[in-house]
Amino acid sequence: MSARDLASGFGPILAVVALLALVPLFVTANTVLNFLVFTLIIALAAQGWNLLAGYGGQFSFGHAAFFGTGAYAAAILQVTLGINAYAAFVAGVGLGALVGFGIGFLSFRSGLRGSYFALVTLAFAEVFRILANAATFTGGAAGVLIPLEVSAANFQFESRAAYYWIALALVGTVLVLNRGIERARFGAQLVAVRENEAAARALGVDALAVKLKAIALSGGITAAAGCLYAQYFLYLDATIAYGPWISIEALLAPIVGGLGTVFGPLVGALALHGLSEGSKMFTGEIPGIDLVVFGVVLIVMVAFAPDGVMGLVGRARRRLAGKAATAKVPSPAAAPAREETAA
Amino acid sequence: MFSPEIVLTAALNGLMTGAVYALIALGLTLVYGVLHIINFAHGATLTAAMFGVLVLNQALGLDPYLAILALAPLFFAVGYAVQRLVIGPASHGEDVNILLVTLGLAIIIENALLAIFRSDTRSVDTAYAFSVVEVGDLFLSTPRVIAFFASIGVAVLLWLVLARTDTGKAIRAVAKEKTGAALVGIDVSHVYAITFGLGAACVAIAACLLMPTFYVNPRVGGAFVLVAFTIVVLGGMGSIPGALVGGLFIGVVESLSGLYLGESLGQIGIFLIFILVLLFRPTGLFGAKA
Repeated sequence: MSARDLASGFGPILAVVALLALVPLFVTANTVLNFLVFTLIIALAAQGWNLLAGYGGQFSFGHAAFFGTGAYAAAILQVTLGINAYAAFVAGVGLGALVGFGIGFLSFRSGLRGSYFALVTLAFAEVFRILANAATFTGGAAGVLIPLEVSAANFQFESRAAYYWIALALVGTVLVLNRGIERARFGAQLVAVRENEAAARALGVDALAVKLKAIALSGGITAAAGCLYAQYFLYLDATIAYGPWISIEALLAPIVGGLGTVFGPLVGALALHGLSEGSKMFTGEIPGIDLVVFGVVLIVMVAFAPDGVMGLVGRARRRLAGKAATAKVPSPAAAPAREETAA
Repeated sequence: MFSPEIVLTAALNGLMTGAVYALIALGLTLVYGVLHIINFAHGATLTAAMFGVLVLNQALGLDPYLAILALAPLFFAVGYAVQRLVIGPASHGEDVNILLVTLGLAIIIENALLAIFRSDTRSVDTAYAFSVVEVGDLFLSTPRVIAFFASIGVAVLLWLVLARTDTGKAIRAVAKEKTGAALVGIDVSHVYAITFGLGAACVAIAACLLMPTFYVNPRVGGAFVLVAFTIVVLGGMGSIPGALVGGLFIGVVESLSGLYLGESLGQIGIFLIFILVLLFRPTGLFGAKA
């Protein structure tokens, strides 16, 4: 890989992360930072979903299973077993990957795909939710509370900015990871499986192994979002951890931002939550209104912009580039044609 | 251990709830059989219909059973329009898109209801809510018995429509081979919309049958629709007899596992069946080999 390749691939990531890292230096309002931390947690969960569904074409409707596993693992290991918060975080990510592998092993081996895969992931998330709500070691319906002991050793910070930078660092790491995967053999195999599994197999791709690797990675990333959620809000119950809301958030952001693109989940999460904050300003605190907006956005995106915000950006850029090219080389034949398509 | 009477009553109660489940699943399986899509908005449609029963009852004093006459045609029309104007055009004929569009509709409906009615749980008061029918030594709740027979009746009616009418023939033709159906002059998007309307009407009737004994809040549809998915998968996607038998079976399983495992774990039995069927026999017990 040449230096130029590296710059064109990873340069934008570095620029975006660096720019976002500056935000707390200018914005100190806790409400804004709260909003940004939450949005980054959603973006992280969505990055996990995007790896499996955007690149691999396996649409999960139950990523709550991974998010909740991460969140519960981080909380329970600390509270009940007294394990260090950072170690609990790592363990949560590992468990999320393990749960991903387990669900993937069961469903991909049985050849589930499309709607069937969506349904089975939904069912797994629901089973986890009901079990977590009933079991005693998860705190049952009362949930788990991580005691407030602010110190860096406990992964608890006085300032919201610290959480913001940690969340941003995690999102940035996954951005780099996804760009790396895009350029690696694994990424190519994943996309091949998405586009045509039978053809990929015929070319010698071990489709099952590729999908398992993807769902384990995906589970780990989304579990990291769950761990961070637990660490930031210090409280969770079964409806928060395993509820359908996070499964929907995780799939909505990449679809809106751009399926199977590195920046899609981040762009989508920022756009959606910016929109929902904006709609709250107009309507006040009516419960559910922001989600109605999400639903409308989802349908509108599927109908009119199936490749998301990133796709729209790409199209606009190509159009501008095309216009610049035609301006340089005036061609009497091409110019009217362009006018027609524009009209 | 429980006495045989308690177990038998639980099983019969389950059977009667199961009939309503079957009716909900019937709508889902019909849409799947013809359009080959999973309608994720099915549960939200049920919730909307249950609120419809509530509003009609509170505003006009209409009996939940009489509400069928108003809500079934209304939901048929709305289902028809939604498929024709939203789902069809927005999905560009791709399965994944249909999945996402119906999910979007579900989110919109549920949260619009939340915004209007808030998250309070409400119910309809009727004179007969707690009346019982005596069958031998057993006491069965009258609304449940009515729901049981009405659900079976609707299923038979639906089967007759599909088997005996021209519209039914067209629906079956499109389900089997839509290109062929289009070639002989059947308007496929009209048939799709009719099927979707029928699915919504089934759910509207189910809502009217449920309301005398059940409560409603904006999230109530989720529980039912997961049960309905289980039934549809168990009975074989697109199979009407499968939905009927599957519904009755799941009703009994839920009632008995609730009895033995307690309320909060009652649904676990259903989900375990769901996952096991999906993993080992995704075509269901009555479905054809894929």
